[in-house]
Amino acid sequence: MYFERFDPMQGQCLQILDQAGRLQEALRPDLPDGRARQLYERMSVMRLADRMAMSLQREGGMGTYAPFYGQEAAQASAAFLGPEDWMVPTYRETGALYLRGVPLANLYRYWMGDERGMLMPEGARTLPIAIVVGSQPLHAVGLSWAMKLKGEKAAAAAYFGDGASSQGDVHEAMNFAGVFQTPTVFICQNNQFAISLPRRQQTAAATIAQRAAGYGFPGLLIDGNDIFAVAAAMTEALADIRAGKGPRLIEMLTYRLGPHTTADDPTKYRNAEEIEKFKPADPLLRLRRYLEAKGLWDQAAEEDLLRRGQAEVEEAAGKAKAAPPPAPDELFAYTYRSLPPYLERQREELRAASQAQGAVEAKRG
Amino acid sequence: MAKLNIVSALNQALDQEMARNPRLLILGEDVGREGGVFRVTDGLQAKYGAERVVDTPLAESAIVGAALGLAAGGMLPVAEIQFEGFLHVAMDQICNQVARYRNRSRGRYQLGLVIRVPWGGGIHAPEHHSESPETLLAHTPGLTVVQPSNPYDAKGLLLSALRLGEPVVFCEPKRVYRAIKAEVPEADYTVPIGKAAVARKGKDLTIVAWGAMMREALEAAEELQAGGASAEVIDLRTLSPMDSETVVQSVRKTGRLVIAHEAPRTLGLGAEIAARVSEEALTSLLAPIERVTGFDTVMPLSQLEEYYLPDHRRVLAGARKALSV
Ligand SMILES: Cc1ncc(C[n+]2csc(CCOP(=O)(O)OP(=O)(O)O)c2C)c(N)n1
Repeated sequence: MYFERFDPMQGQCLQILDQAGRLQEALRPDLPDGRARQLYERMSVMRLADRMAMSLQREGGMGTYAPFYGQEAAQASAAFLGPEDWMVPTYRETGALYLRGVPLANLYRYWMGDERGMLMPEGARTLPIAIVVGSQPLHAVGLSWAMKLKGEKAAAAAYFGDGASSQGDVHEAMNFAGVFQTPTVFICQNNQFAISLPRRQQTAAATIAQRAAGYGFPGLLIDGNDIFAVAAAMTEALADIRAGKGPRLIEMLTYRLGPHTTADDPTKYRNAEEIEKFKPADPLLRLRRYLEAKGLWDQAAEEDLLRRGQAEVEEAAGKAKAAPPPAPDELFAYTYRSLPPYLERQREELRAASQAQGAVEAKRG
Repeated sequence: MAKLNIVSALNQALDQEMARNPRLLILGEDVGREGGVFRVTDGLQAKYGAERVVDTPLAESAIVGAALGLAAGGMLPVAEIQFEGFLHVAMDQICNQVARYRNRSRGRYQLGLVIRVPWGGGIHAPEHHSESPETLLAHTPGLTVVQPSNPYDAKGLLLSALRLGEPVVFCEPKRVYRAIKAEVPEADYTVPIGKAAVARKGKDLTIVAWGAMMREALEAAEELQAGGASAEVIDLRTLSPMDSETVVQSVRKTGRLVIAHEAPRTLGLGAEIAARVSEEALTSLLAPIERVTGFDTVMPLSQLEEYYLPDHRRVLAGARKALSV
């Protein structure tokens, strides 16, 4: 019903929970208050996890990190995927991956430059993150195509940004999905920036959601800071996809409150007032207001949550920091299934060189 | 004379040429308002306007393909690809289109365009931000591939590239973007494309390097000097078409050759240099040619990066090996 009732071509955007925390009951999806409260808790811990990554970076233990501050509700879209569904993330999906059950400590380790952090838990249908912008929606199309061919009732979720929507590969992915009617849900988190480029300079079209029409499947624009709209869009899209109705595109309109990455200086392209303007649209704020009005949340619950959440992320950070560094051999381990002789020689070369270097450094003390 | 780093030397070259040549325009991701993620185009949009310093949508193939059309239409486009890992997205446009246009059009289209790309490792960046895929470009007939190693050459080579009237991929060694400061004349000057430079004279062995590896090579040469061996260090500067004559001449004199690059060993440019030297100066060689390179593996993330990237110690070890024969 949402995909039919809200036409992005007519400029319509699905919002169910407004900034004041008022819910439009008539539009309410199957998201009971108990589950909404649970999601609030997960999204709050997610935010703490994001902050922890930022401070690990500032301390110097982490390289570059891409924060998702402000995008917690859109990240929580992952909570609506089943374990049988595939998740195909970008570098900004730390929150979504956390909800998917990827250990936070692993994610921290990855951003600390230890690739072992990208090893997903056994059986998890979650791909490693994509850094090449726009490369991964094609993979989601292929994965979901495989599900269709094997007769599995599973979908694949392709995460990408507004910037990525300009890549040829993203166009090609949606076109393939339409032609082959693959069970793919395209999730465009429009956080209104691709590094410094504002959304209006990314495409002359009014919305990204309306592109779906050009590929022959439905698209929906939602307020991506509204967890009820996220729930509505995800549940309907996945139900349709599982019913064999082909792909869906959801544009989640949100706002990146933080920098693009820790290497970015946003003052170059937007001013502090602009950020302040978007603060009231915070996805946590309105959900908290809603829960409080329902008598499901209060200051004491908030404090308790923050205490537990902080302990959780601190433990993950501690684990990540305590992990021993990868051995130099790790460099060679995954290039081929078995090492060709010349690579074995190179590995020996490196072993010898690092031993010699170790000896020199030990001597120097 | 002002002391500049590579970033400001490149910025100055672009700025001066934009002032001289109204056909020059810059296009790429975040090159305008942001001034580029490394700030090479900083201030240029404010000075020349958003029509000449263009923030494009996020699409590398479109940036290069449109640059081809702009050049064919009489403009002088300078396209920026944000990191070398994203060059691959534009590879059809670079290798199948830009590189072949002169040939395909039987010389009708002389495409003056420059594709600027930050190059190489050592900055602890995420995946695809640390590679050195120069072989892919040098293996493509029709492309000119340049990489400066210092601020003076950065400005002079970029000005040459902008005036060459041929497609140039201009690789910028990001590790030393700000690490090396040197005197750069404010005045107009060029450094010739297609000529290697003898950065340090010597007689016992030849070290060839380019880009950020030059710093390592020069440091190794310094240490060798302390041990009584004199190394001649050659900065290749133009990776394609390669000036192997300068290398061959040097090897005829020294009899020993070490080639250092960040890229993987197999089919790295070192392989081509070694082949040319053995074709032309085999009888001068007193020792096997040493290649000090990245490994034939995927470039690792930061925790293993220092094991992957050759540094002056590995160059030194290679040199000692060559000298020991
Ligand atoms: C193919 C490619 N080009 C450029 C980059 C550098 N880069 C990383 S993120 C980014 C902006 C992406 O914007 P968007 O798709 O909107 O996602 P967001 O980062 O805002 O979540 C750019 C240009 C890249 N990683 N991959």
